[in-house]
Amino acid sequence: MSRFSLSIAAAVAALLCGVIFVTTFERPPVLSSQGGFRGLSMGDVQNPRTIPARLAANQVPEAPEAAETDGPKAHETYENVQVLRDLSAAQFNRLMIVMTEWIAPNQGCGYCHNVENMASDEVYTKVVARRMLQMTHKINSEWATHVGQTGVTCYTCHRGNAVPTMVWSTEPNSRAGLQAPRGQNHPASSVGESSLPSDPFTPFLLGDAEIRNISTTSLPGRNSQSIMTTEWTYGLMMHISTSLGVNCTHCHNSRSFAEWRTQSPPAQTTAWYGIRMVRDINMSYIEPLKPLWAQNPNGPAEGPHGPRLGAMGDALKVNCATCHQGVNRPLNGAPMLRDFPELKQVNQGPLRSADATPR
Amino acid sequence: MAEYQNIFTRIQVRGPAPYPGVPLPADNSPREGTPSEVHLFGRLGDAQIGPFYLGYLGMLSLLFGFIAFEIIGLNMLASVNWNLSEFIRQLFWLALEPPPPEYGLRIPPLNKGGWWIVAGFFLTLSMLLWWVRTYRRARELGMGTHVAWAFAGAIWLYLVLGFIRPVAMGSWSEAVPFGIFPHLDWTAAFSIRYGNLFYNPFHALSIVFLYGSVLLFAMHAATILALGRYGGEREIEQTLDRGTAAERGGLFWRWTMGFNATFESIHRWAWWFAFLCPVTGGIGILLTGTVVDNWYLWAVDRHFAPAYTMPWTPVVDPSIVQGAPR
Repeated sequence: MSRFSLSIAAAVAALLCGVIFVTTFERPPVLSSQGGFRGLSMGDVQNPRTIPARLAANQVPEAPEAAETDGPKAHETYENVQVLRDLSAAQFNRLMIVMTEWIAPNQGCGYCHNVENMASDEVYTKVVARRMLQMTHKINSEWATHVGQTGVTCYTCHRGNAVPTMVWSTEPNSRAGLQAPRGQNHPASSVGESSLPSDPFTPFLLGDAEIRNISTTSLPGRNSQSIMTTEWTYGLMMHISTSLGVNCTHCHNSRSFAEWRTQSPPAQTTAWYGIRMVRDINMSYIEPLKPLWAQNPNGPAEGPHGPRLGAMGDALKVNCATCHQGVNRPLNGAPMLRDFPELKQVNQGPLRSADATPR
Repeated sequence: MAEYQNIFTRIQVRGPAPYPGVPLPADNSPREGTPSEVHLFGRLGDAQIGPFYLGYLGMLSLLFGFIAFEIIGLNMLASVNWNLSEFIRQLFWLALEPPPPEYGLRIPPLNKGGWWIVAGFFLTLSMLLWWVRTYRRARELGMGTHVAWAFAGAIWLYLVLGFIRPVAMGSWSEAVPFGIFPHLDWTAAFSIRYGNLFYNPFHALSIVFLYGSVLLFAMHAATILALGRYGGEREIEQTLDRGTAAERGGLFWRWTMGFNATFESIHRWAWWFAFLCPVTGGIGILLTGTVVDNWYLWAVDRHFAPAYTMPWTPVVDPSIVQGAPR
């Protein structure tokens, strides 16, 4: 083999290595801040070049001026007001306007209402919106363990979209043949492009499968969790990590993932409640609305059109990314709820109209 | 750059005619192929390729290895619906997984881990036959069997991971999947499930021998290359004469760290470090889940996991708080 062809081979190999290197690694600098006890490397690692984009993508729209709280109540002024009945009419209108901006800025009122008869429940999205308002109220009132005093609004998930962009549904996996599907070993963005189980949501964020795998005793005994189930938990953790833009050490002292007392940062507790909150959202609010979406699988007649159900016919459900969208505190921790006291006065009672109670 | 400072060997090892090798005892099958010389190979080692000694052990080993390779590859191909471009795109992510936990040590259907058992069987057979081959070839050449026993160290670790430990745990599901990223994810999940392998003393020993092997390899290789100008690779003369490259190499280490290996003993060091790396690692894996279920808590029990105070208020496991949500 000649010296020339050797050089060509070396150049091709160097080019290949270069491409792999450049596309695999992030170039320095890396911002690393230490959190835990000295020397533990419980650092928060950030790429400073991606921070501005993330900050910009998670800005809160300006809030309109606060509405008068006195005057006639909404249910006195308008017909068929069920969950927002105790607001003043001015507050009610203010909330309707921002909800339109948050959820259907292009469709306007017509996304949820028959504009000829605003009181009518004929557009299914109005019925969904009532449940969503009740859900928002429940998150803010009963899940302060996760959302704290910052709270959530419709915008936290919707961000100007009729269907939040970051949602999940159970993936079709019905192949038969040489290998029965195992739900893993394919590149999956849901778990940080790893080969881990790509749908940890169905067992952990819809069902309440056991997340904990690690033994609480040093010697073998009662723990029947396998390495395979551990990979499912690992997948869920990768989802949390990528959704929040944080490392494992944001919530764990990685020398012992299972240890709470004196080891874990307080964020682990926040995340624990978050997982339960998401289960509650999916089980109590999203899944029961499925029949409405099944009747309108492509959205309301007025649009925007787009799938309202997943490939398996299940609802588009919530996970950590739905709110967090790449940042540790959704919308960079802006206390948006503070500007919308209307969302704290949602009537949690059962809904009246025939379509309103999800079957 | 000076002639003797190059990562490639500058000496093309070429005889006047390709040399078939020393004569073998009568009951050996003949070596295959006409020897040839390749310049590129000569840059890395000996330029001569062949003749090969295949024999029936080598043939069977390659055959069984090929069967295992095919089973793994076809299963991966099936997992992307026989789509060749997806197979290439996803290759590093694809895997052939062992049976799920519910099958224990029973034989599952082929598509639920059965193929993993079949592939593992053929791969093991292939490796064991190759081991016998390294042993037999060494004996036939009148050599010691050091290579075979070093290889046995690696086979031990492989068998612990894929056979001995799963049998001890009573479940095939404890074994490693075949696949590039999947086996790495398995490794991480294994450490997490069993409470952090960092606290497993045999894991620590294995790392000592791994890094030690690397260090010894670097020291030895650098010493010999640095002696290239004195013909340091010609070991026989060097051990006998004074003022040689070998003596300079020894002196270098005696002067820098007060002690030096000999040209013979350095290879014993390297052999044992390399051998003990998989052997201690295998012991550590075998004890995990069978004898110790959480290495971190085991280290706490034995007072070698350091205790420290975190700069935050200790948190309570919310699942043990009364009235906590499910």
